[in-house]
Amino acid sequence: MEILVASAIAVLTTCGVYLVLRRRTFPVILGISLLSYAVNIFLFSTGRLVQHLPPILIKHGHTSYTDPLPQALVLTAIVISFGMTALVVMIALGAFLSSDEDEIDMKDTPESGEAQ
Amino acid sequence: MSHLIILPIVMPAFIAPFILMVIRHHLDLQRIFSVAGTLALVGVAFALTGQAVSGDIQVYELGDWPAPFGIVLVLDRLSALMVLLTSLLALAVVLYAIGSDWDKRGYHFHALFQFQLMGVAGAFLTGDAFNLFVFFEVLLIASYGLMIHGGGAERLRAGVQYVVYNLLGSTLFLFALGTIYAVTGTLNMADLAERVAALSAEDTALIRVGAILLLLVFSIKAAVLPLHFWLPGSYAFAPAPVAALFAIMTKVGAYAILRMYTLVFGPNEPVSAGLVAEWLLPASLLTLTVGMIGVLGARDIARMVAFAAIGSMGTLLVAIALFTPLSTGAAVYYIVHSTLATAMMFLIADMVIERRGGALQPAQRMPQSGLISALFFAGAIAMAGMPPLSGFLGKLMVLQASYGLPQQTLIWAVILVTSLVAIMGFARAGGIIFWKTLEPEEPDGTSGEDDAIDQAATASPIAALPFVACFGLLAGLVALTIFADPAMRYAEATAAQLFDTARYIEAVLGSTVK
Repeated sequence: MEILVASAIAVLTTCGVYLVLRRRTFPVILGISLLSYAVNIFLFSTGRLVQHLPPILIKHGHTSYTDPLPQALVLTAIVISFGMTALVVMIALGAFLSSDEDEIDMKDTPESGEAQ
Repeated sequence: MSHLIILPIVMPAFIAPFILMVIRHHLDLQRIFSVAGTLALVGVAFALTGQAVSGDIQVYELGDWPAPFGIVLVLDRLSALMVLLTSLLALAVVLYAIGSDWDKRGYHFHALFQFQLMGVAGAFLTGDAFNLFVFFEVLLIASYGLMIHGGGAERLRAGVQYVVYNLLGSTLFLFALGTIYAVTGTLNMADLAERVAALSAEDTALIRVGAILLLLVFSIKAAVLPLHFWLPGSYAFAPAPVAALFAIMTKVGAYAILRMYTLVFGPNEPVSAGLVAEWLLPASLLTLTVGMIGVLGARDIARMVAFAAIGSMGTLLVAIALFTPLSTGAAVYYIVHSTLATAMMFLIADMVIERRGGALQPAQRMPQSGLISALFFAGAIAMAGMPPLSGFLGKLMVLQASYGLPQQTLIWAVILVTSLVAIMGFARAGGIIFWKTLEPEEPDGTSGEDDAIDQAATASPIAALPFVACFGLLAGLVALTIFADPAMRYAEATAAQLFDTARYIEAVLGSTVK
């Protein structure tokens, strides 16, 4: 199971980094989403991978349990990355609609005085 | 347990939704509440600093969950100083935004502003690494909104770059925290410090990866070369008051480096040996060099100030990267100076842009040229680190802190030469803006208009607010120079407290057995 999860994180990260390096905003946003999935699975696995164990201690029950903290962390990270993705989609859409271009890089326009 | 510590977080967290939901259609009320909230924050910050001066470390357990199981807020000299700095800067910025009508050019400026303050104050006060991530996200989300405030194609596209870059930084942050948690099983900073110190030298491979990833994240925030390239574009295109407020955001990165790499991955731990200082020092020297060369090469005043901000961060990080009590004291002093000076320069740049355009080319003489040029002169002196303002003292302290170290020659050479480059850059820009003025096209009408605008500026109290904000920041710099002795003693005490990690750990974890 460890090798499966580890390679899943690796594949997601690789694809994410590749997409982030693209020129247009849409693949970049997809890449960021993939990266955030990768990091969520990674965070989840930091509490060690176990099967069929509750994330809480039960009185008179099992003495073994799985670490609940990474699950709480992942939940926070999911919520934040979800909100962030929605936000970046809206800003990118606004930028595309107002400038008719969806390239990440900004060209130097003479009238703005930015010539670097 | 005093509840005062949590006020800098809770207060903006209540004011922002109130502005957003109840008085969203009343700009005047929004302004009143925003200024009142910021003033209250200044008051609370002064009270907190007054408590922290004695050197006691106060711990606030959220929900009364004992550390390390719950989240704690920790108030020591450094965090109190940073919250105080944030609140004073925020007051100047909000006055400027009101006076220059920047808050009218889009929606929800004041609500986002308060959320931003909440995030910054939280990042300074928290004693938990994951909570630090959450507050980073709070301040980033607010900053995304502020960054594109007012709209416009250029600004929106710069905003996309800024957001994408920071999202990548957040992802990296999570990877770093995951790695650290996997090794130590905790994210409370004091607990982390204990467990990292207890690791045997053979088991440190993974935690070293985590430490370096974390350093990368904070370096992105602090705009350390080669991770600085988001800053010039974002700051130059952001609305001026927002760019001035962002002067504290780079300091959040510097603060996090200072906190994590003295407390958890301290300079004497085997974990961080050969890791942090060895990389951070050359990188910050490069940051300083590139920033000041950028000042000399910029063709646009906003971009010039953005590069000056990078250079200023470079000087600060040189002081941080030495990791001695003396250099840390210098860094604490320089943090205050750098924030005030950078913010002041962004506000002055905006006044210039509003009156004559930002391009560094000869243009017509602008109204109120004399007053603005005096402000620009003072700001440039502060940024470049010339006497008599506090930039000079700050740089002197950094130079003194590196005296006798093996890297002394390099550090002295870079700081002194870049200061000269910065002076040249500012002199060139000031000369073009204020002296190389074109003859007005209609010689009859313009001088009368100038007088009219001058009179309008003095007549209406609102229109004078931008000058109040700038002179307020300048007064801060002057106060930092005049009261350099108490300020330096506070900075040295702060550094001593930072390196006395045992007391921090005891303050946070010791309260579990009360």
